[in-house]
Amino acid sequence: MARVDTGRVHVLGVRHHGPGSARSVLAELERVGPELVLIEGPPEADELVGLAGELTPPVSLLAYVPDSPSRAAFWPFAAFSPEWAALRYAAEHGVEARFCDLPAAHTLAAQEADAPEGADPEPAPGGGGEAAPEDPEAAGAGRAIADPLGVLAEAAGYDDPERWWEDVVEGRAAVPGASSPGAPPAGASPFPAIAEAMAAVRAESGPAPAGPAALREARREAHMRQVLRRAMRSVGGPIAVVCGAWHVPALLEHPRAAEDTALLRGLPKTKVAATWIPWTHGRLAAASGYRAGVRSPGWYHHLFTAPDRPVVRWLAEAGRRLREKDQPVSSAHVIEAVRLAEALAALRGRPAVGLEEAADATESVLCEGAPARAHLLHREMVVGERLGAVSERTPLVPLQRDLAAQQRRLRLKPQAEPREVDLDLREDSGRRRSALLHRLRLLGIDWGTPRGDSVRARGTFREPWLLAWQPELELRLIEAGVWGTTVEAAAAARVRALAADADLPQLTELAERCLHADLGGAIGDVLSALTARAAEDTDIEHLMTALPPLARSARYGDVRNSDSAALRTVAAQLLARIRAGLVPAVSGLGDDAAAAMAAAIDGVHGAAVLLGGGDEDAWLAALEAVALRESAPGRVCGRADRILHDSGRLADSALADRLSRAASRGTAPTRTAHWIEGFLSGSGLLLVHDTALLGVIDRWLGGLAGDAFTQVLPLLRRTFGAFAAPERRAIGDSARALGGPGGPGAAAGAEPVDARRAAPAVATAAALLGLGAGGG
Amino acid sequence: MTLPPPAAALRPHAEQSFAEELAALERADSRTRPPGWRLSPWAVTRYILGGTLEDGTEITPKYIGARRVVEVAVATLATDRALLLLGVPGTAKTWLSEHLAAAIAGDSTLLVQGTAGTAEEAIRYGWNYARLLAEGPSEAALVPSPIMTAMSEGRPARVEELTRIPSDVQDALITVLSEKTLPVPELGTEVQAKRGFNVIATANDRDRGVNDLSSALRRRFNTVVLPVPATVEDEIDIVTRRVADLGRSLELPEVPTSLAEIRRVVTVFRELREGATADGRAKVKSPSGTLSTAEAISVVTSGIALAAHFGDGTLRPADVAAGIHGAVVQDPVSDGVVWREYLETVARDRDGWDDFYRACREVSG
Repeated sequence: MARVDTGRVHVLGVRHHGPGSARSVLAELERVGPELVLIEGPPEADELVGLAGELTPPVSLLAYVPDSPSRAAFWPFAAFSPEWAALRYAAEHGVEARFCDLPAAHTLAAQEADAPEGADPEPAPGGGGEAAPEDPEAAGAGRAIADPLGVLAEAAGYDDPERWWEDVVEGRAAVPGASSPGAPPAGASPFPAIAEAMAAVRAESGPAPAGPAALREARREAHMRQVLRRAMRSVGGPIAVVCGAWHVPALLEHPRAAEDTALLRGLPKTKVAATWIPWTHGRLAAASGYRAGVRSPGWYHHLFTAPDRPVVRWLAEAGRRLREKDQPVSSAHVIEAVRLAEALAALRGRPAVGLEEAADATESVLCEGAPARAHLLHREMVVGERLGAVSERTPLVPLQRDLAAQQRRLRLKPQAEPREVDLDLREDSGRRRSALLHRLRLLGIDWGTPRGDSVRARGTFREPWLLAWQPELELRLIEAGVWGTTVEAAAAARVRALAADADLPQLTELAERCLHADLGGAIGDVLSALTARAAEDTDIEHLMTALPPLARSARYGDVRNSDSAALRTVAAQLLARIRAGLVPAVSGLGDDAAAAMAAAIDGVHGAAVLLGGGDEDAWLAALEAVALRESAPGRVCGRADRILHDSGRLADSALADRLSRAASRGTAPTRTAHWIEGFLSGSGLLLVHDTALLGVIDRWLGGLAGDAFTQVLPLLRRTFGAFAAPERRAIGDSARALGGPGGPGAAAGAEPVDARRAAPAVATAAALLGLGAGGG
Repeated sequence: MTLPPPAAALRPHAEQSFAEELAALERADSRTRPPGWRLSPWAVTRYILGGTLEDGTEITPKYIGARRVVEVAVATLATDRALLLLGVPGTAKTWLSEHLAAAIAGDSTLLVQGTAGTAEEAIRYGWNYARLLAEGPSEAALVPSPIMTAMSEGRPARVEELTRIPSDVQDALITVLSEKTLPVPELGTEVQAKRGFNVIATANDRDRGVNDLSSALRRRFNTVVLPVPATVEDEIDIVTRRVADLGRSLELPEVPTSLAEIRRVVTVFRELREGATADGRAKVKSPSGTLSTAEAISVVTSGIALAAHFGDGTLRPADVAAGIHGAVVQDPVSDGVVWREYLETVARDRDGWDDFYRACREVSG
């Protein structure tokens, strides 16, 4: 063991994402003036260090395997992270900074090797990147080795290690009276004390236990030492190392270099690329599962950025936000809140007001004890959602670059906060934005999600979206890089790949999405796949479900000015196939199949109407054939007759004939009931308006024998039960009128006219019309 | 002050029951005490939350629940702000206010009991009319209210059920709390509050509509909402302690407290209150009553009385059944349905609840 020269090498043990640590690191760096800064992080990102001055935190270093970008690791930094403070210091002072952690090339390769067993402490990244490992730091230290901070905090009598750190390290800068921010009294550097404390904790927890996690930790520290050794050889001046407090003793006491070399020999390796990506405070918060995270990034950010009196500013801000929500909060409230927070801190024996006191004061004074309101405000401020930004020079995967350019061109800024956007498809910019969002959705990047009923909105010019840019989308974007170098090309390629093994309904849906995404190139491929598949497919139901979306696209493609001629052709072709297969397909169907067929016929009819012209006529002709076919189920026939009647193909008298035939003695009562069900499904108002039809049904029902009546009763009940109550009542009233004196004929006939009483009115009308006295 | 000897009182004041603990805390307390306080805020917190002192004195916990609730309450009083304890009935508001006053001033008796009939005299001052007529307005004819006494002596006053007091009477508190003075125009004098004066008020969440506080008055209070016990273990702890205390002071014959029975009562109360079974698997309907911890305590206490005097000396399901039925079924129709449903769907199939189920069936008929 050899101890490094602490006069030259300054190892600054920090708490990740601790604003106090960040302040101390800044002060210490200013004091030491190092020639080189080493930071805990992946060395692959060494070239990215220079960009630190151009980024807006929170950002994260992302190291990923270019061939399978879903294998990735993140090193997030917020404005108040000590590592970020060191990076900024280096950027501002032109000091060289390097990362010294174990290369991601090894950790990501190890991940791959261990993934199948699932025993690796590093969580395997999920396909979509949601479960991506966050900070390698947390995994090992959190599990294998007992929480070192916990040991220290316990020794100091704290139940919460976070609070201990706040008091002992982070509380330093927030002590009221320490008027000059960021400048602790001379010689107050906390780092030697931290190093000593950590050495004690490490000694206490004994020799590192064996196991993959412990081995990984040992390798990380070995690599940090190797980097440090090299740096000491190449640089003459002072060196500062910024790393997690746990590692400090390992960097101060060096074993022989050969031991470290041996430890690092033969590690698996993979090709890794690194870049900066924007991060969010929400992701930093421990609530979202980031184990080295902080529960209150908003508070920490505030502590780090507030020039002075952080508690007063915080509570005043809380008051302002409550006033915005129309809560009567006066300055007196804020004053009392500050007093209560300070009294609480004193009572709890803490050197300064912390978040907990501020939250209690907010609830008791500003919110007047309303916990729900306090909770909402607390969440809003404590997480303090904010999205970082990277600069243009950040290495992007080409796809990212393309998207960034389009976002700029279309003035669609990615924001973490969900917001609603209404696009007007009549305008060029609206269409282009819509196309971009649809393309991204095809790539699995759900930046925007269509809001509300997209089917109903399809016919309109308005397209409502909900936009929210999640950091993991950045990762998906990198993943989507496999498909192409621009959003458009990638989306088209993805569509083609999807089309290759999709079934008919999926294909038509894909065609529709292509249209929305304005992928004219890919739509041809989808349509030819569709034609081919339609020819092969013998199942007419597939064709029938595939047609409606296609017809909609063909029709409403016009809204987007896109070329829908090809779509129309394919849709017409599909309809022709359906026509051909329809009559044989409807024969001998079971009860359920008949219901499905009736619904499918409705759908296709809607599509045929959209296509219009000759296609519609031909379709109705095919329905004629179905209606007359005795082997078709009653329900389908009834439906066909209804459609024909509604579209004016079947006159009222002809319809009455059809109905009376369906209801005649020769037909089985259940078939009649099915026919009625098919015929009336959707709406029964027809019966109210056309008493002749009602009369036919009434007579049929009245003439049924007891058994047959019992048989059809459930069917009829199902049919009429589907109608709305007023509709049923209207039908019932009409039926009662049928049975009244004079029978159905009388109900339709006119009231007898009393000629004597009408005479004056007739005379007046005649005079008005100028017919002369001789008329009438 | 003339106090009856503690032994004869049905319910001694907090400062009497816990005089030893208070004395021990006062001896051990070396921290700074706010003017007029007998203990430091830290020691007051200790007194309420319990613990063991350096000299070995055991301080019993008076309030079982979130530490922060007590800390905020004590810190509020230390900043000379008035404290408003808010909560549904039976969440130990009065209990906490009494103990706070006892710990701070050693006296919890300066009390205004809020009712719809509370007059301004109860908050300001009244007159001894015989004297007033005989001698005219004088100091001797003045009858000070507990608040006035508290102001002149620098001690905390308690106002119970603040929201039941009519609004115009409530407003008399505004000047007291903001100016910390009470003018007596008849005598041309005023009573200025001494340091140490404060007001601890309690109000009921459910009664909010009765006489809601004006925002001017509300602003003068720091509000602490007392929650219902967070976990079933906390609540069992509270019930067990209070039942033991009450049993002692009522001099009930010793009945071995059956933890199982207490647990059952608490479970029933919690499940009905929260509208779901403890395992979260099934929803149950909630009755109209509050089913507070205080009611659970009275159910168990009366069960113990039944067991001692009429039963076999052990707390049995039958002893608590009548009490539970009475607590749950406040409205005979709708709550009756709720309770029967609970018995049939939850209690019936639970292991070890057979006796309880049968006993409750018997009671509810």
